[in-house]
Amino acid sequence: MSALIPYIDEPHPVTGVTNAKLGIWLFLASEVMLFGALFSTLIIMRSSATDWPAHGSDVLNVPLATLNTVFLIASSVTIVLSWAALKMKDLKKFKLNMGLTILLSFGFLVIKYIEYSSKFHHEHFPSTSTFYAVYFTLTGLHGLHVVGGIIANSYLLGPGSKMWFTEPERFTGRIECAGLYWHFVDLVWIFLFPALYLL
Amino acid sequence: MSNDTHNHSHSHSHGGAHALPFWRKYIFSTDHKTIGLQYGITAIFFLLFGFGLMLLMRWQLAYPKQAIPLIGKLFTEDGVLSPELYNQFGAMHGTIMVFLGVVPLAVGAFGNYLVPLQVGAQDMAFPKLNMLSYWAYFCGGVVMLGSFFSPNGAAASGWTSYPPLAVVADNGQSLWLIGMVFLITSSLLGSVNTIVTAIQLRVKGLSFMRWPIFVWAQVTTAFLLLLAFPPLEAAGVLQLMDRIAGTSFFLPSGLVVSGEALKVSGGGNPILWQHLFWFLAHPEVYVLILPAVGIVGEIIAVNTKKPLYGYKTLVYSLVFLGFMSFIVWAHHMFMTGMGVTMSTFFQATTMIISVPSVIILTTYLLTLWGASITYTVPMLFATAFLPMFAIGGLTGLPLGLTASDIHLHDTYYVIGHFHYVVAPGTLFALMAGVYFWYPKITGRFMSDTLGKIHFWLSVIAINGVFMPMFFMGMAGVSRRLYDQTIYAHGAAAQPLNVIMSVSAWILAVAQLPFLYNMATSWKTGKKVDSNNPWGGTTLEWAASSPPPHENFPTPVEVYRAPYEYSPNKKLLPQFVQEA
Amino acid sequence: MSHGEMTVEEVKKHIKKYYVVFGALLCLTIVTVGISYLHLPTLQAIILAMAVASMKGGLVAAYFMHLIDEKKIIYSMLWLTLVLFAFCMLIPLFTLHGSFN
Repeated sequence: MSALIPYIDEPHPVTGVTNAKLGIWLFLASEVMLFGALFSTLIIMRSSATDWPAHGSDVLNVPLATLNTVFLIASSVTIVLSWAALKMKDLKKFKLNMGLTILLSFGFLVIKYIEYSSKFHHEHFPSTSTFYAVYFTLTGLHGLHVVGGIIANSYLLGPGSKMWFTEPERFTGRIECAGLYWHFVDLVWIFLFPALYLL
Repeated sequence: MSNDTHNHSHSHSHGGAHALPFWRKYIFSTDHKTIGLQYGITAIFFLLFGFGLMLLMRWQLAYPKQAIPLIGKLFTEDGVLSPELYNQFGAMHGTIMVFLGVVPLAVGAFGNYLVPLQVGAQDMAFPKLNMLSYWAYFCGGVVMLGSFFSPNGAAASGWTSYPPLAVVADNGQSLWLIGMVFLITSSLLGSVNTIVTAIQLRVKGLSFMRWPIFVWAQVTTAFLLLLAFPPLEAAGVLQLMDRIAGTSFFLPSGLVVSGEALKVSGGGNPILWQHLFWFLAHPEVYVLILPAVGIVGEIIAVNTKKPLYGYKTLVYSLVFLGFMSFIVWAHHMFMTGMGVTMSTFFQATTMIISVPSVIILTTYLLTLWGASITYTVPMLFATAFLPMFAIGGLTGLPLGLTASDIHLHDTYYVIGHFHYVVAPGTLFALMAGVYFWYPKITGRFMSDTLGKIHFWLSVIAINGVFMPMFFMGMAGVSRRLYDQTIYAHGAAAQPLNVIMSVSAWILAVAQLPFLYNMATSWKTGKKVDSNNPWGGTTLEWAASSPPPHENFPTPVEVYRAPYEYSPNKKLLPQFVQEA
Repeated sequence: MSHGEMTVEEVKKHIKKYYVVFGALLCLTIVTVGISYLHLPTLQAIILAMAVASMKGGLVAAYFMHLIDEKKIIYSMLWLTLVLFAFCMLIPLFTLHGSFN
């Protein structure tokens, strides 16, 4: 049945994109609005809070977060390389790069876990202050996006990759979409990092 | 072509049907038509449920603190609707009608069923995602209904869930928020699907400016859902954090509840919720009305056998309306003290947005002008939509002007205004749509006589419900009172409440012929004699009735703009080549 | 760009670009962390940090997400989103203006 739906593996002659690509961009547009509202909240909370830390680095661990930034940026590179590998018909290289992406994302989560547990250890909870409320909610939601990305990427690396042998074009398209989503997760972190940790 | 196609498609659909087990074909189906019907049936159930809540509340309003006859004992021991239940019913009436009733019916059911047909596609672009959005909606509905059975009942802080009240409320509110997350997810998935389907799966020849007006309305609506819902999702998560993790996003410092200082960190901002909520909820109003505008456009064109007057103007107005709906939200908040500059800005945008609405109504009226109108049942509802929507729209202007809003804010006037837009407005259009596309969906007509009874009773009763609200509002009666007779000005207006309640009960009775008609015509209605029984021009009329599994067994192509009826009423459908 | 018919050479060129962007992103990360240790006045710090973040975000969007060479339909949709995003970012202004007025 799905074979009847056109433009799942080739771009539409007029719009020039596949269904999935238009779909993922629409989804990302809605994500932009989601994080827009959250950043709005951050600004409001910060401007009206009485006990906001002068510098995020006073209360948060900047070296660990910097390492996390590097992890996410590197994973963005590996996922785009995994797509490029498919473009060169190199499934092995795809698997290597996708595997690296997932590994790096796990690294991100492990560091996040260390950060969170040290906060909890020092009795800093979302209810402690406005700053921690914002910190836990925003990084938590971003973390959920990372988890979602890991699930999708693992599927594409594992059982999902069989599609390469039957519909290579469609599979490459899927990897491109997974990449777009992953870059967006990276993009959000690029703004979250200075907003929470450095300012 | 009809006979030929019909036979071919029939065997085709049966071939497909037998290949799939029952649960794949009817329960977890990926066929857009089945999903559309699932949406439709679920949404009608919720509409009746939400209406039922209001019928009970209307007893309390008409006869305060008297036991509800016959069924009152089901709810409380003495049969009187308690203030707690009244609040729950009020909050859930709004939530259910908007998020579980009208939107799923207008967007989920009509959009799902018709957009692929009208663009000539075999199915939605992402059929599995489509199934997922229905089931997310279903889960949201189950959570919302289930919240009535939670220890302290359902959410009771209004459909707007304003903090701090909503944050310190009972647990029903948490379930409300979780339910909303499901519903928002469903809407987001659905709108991605609609946009991609309409843009990518258009058949050859169907350029944007040849889209039926219904498709334009659905795509604009989908963009509103896609871009306005996420801020509410964010706000919902923040309120859930406030309730569960003890944060203070919406709780200011120094809050005292029931005589005790609230032990929270404070420093939050309750107005922030209102901004985030209305950032969605104002576009949401247009989510409710735009599909209705699309349906009415289709029905008017077919029943006047005239091209829609000013098709392009109509399209630009729809799109402009959709865009403007994003920047008027704070007119719901004039009373929060947001200052003259802000109020003036939102007052100006609100006045601007009334212009495209008036243009849309005008194009429809000009289409009717000089036409020989066939008053079929769908056309009756579609024509009634025009003045009803006009009343709803025009009564909105005094609310959009800051000076008059001071007097009218939070009175019954607001309820009257809003309900004129969505009840005799949108719901009439949706009923028109049911009567209009029923032959396409089932291959049989609904009964004309029952339809006319339904229409005339409804149109009279519904005005009896909502017209008195304007007077009551101008008399200054607050919309939130459990018993308005405790105030002198409320007691003076009390007779109006009796009129409204009786009208509401008549309105409920008036829906019985509709439901009966819908249920029985499926088997006993008059059979359609062709694929195109009304003489429509758009692509859904090229498919057989009901359309087979993949809609168009033989490829279709579009040769001209929609609604091209020639002066002698000769039919020139989009899908027929010869002029 | 429909990456449909890219030759191996073109892909290799792309890969080179990705590595350059990776380097740039790492440098900018060091810059942004470095600036934070200068302890500039709040307003300047915010402007600088957001400027660097925007540059980084721009690089990711332009090269990794291929927005530098995309189809018109994606651009028009994103422009719309951006305008509405801007309205969304005005909410703080409206909210705070309200509470202190």
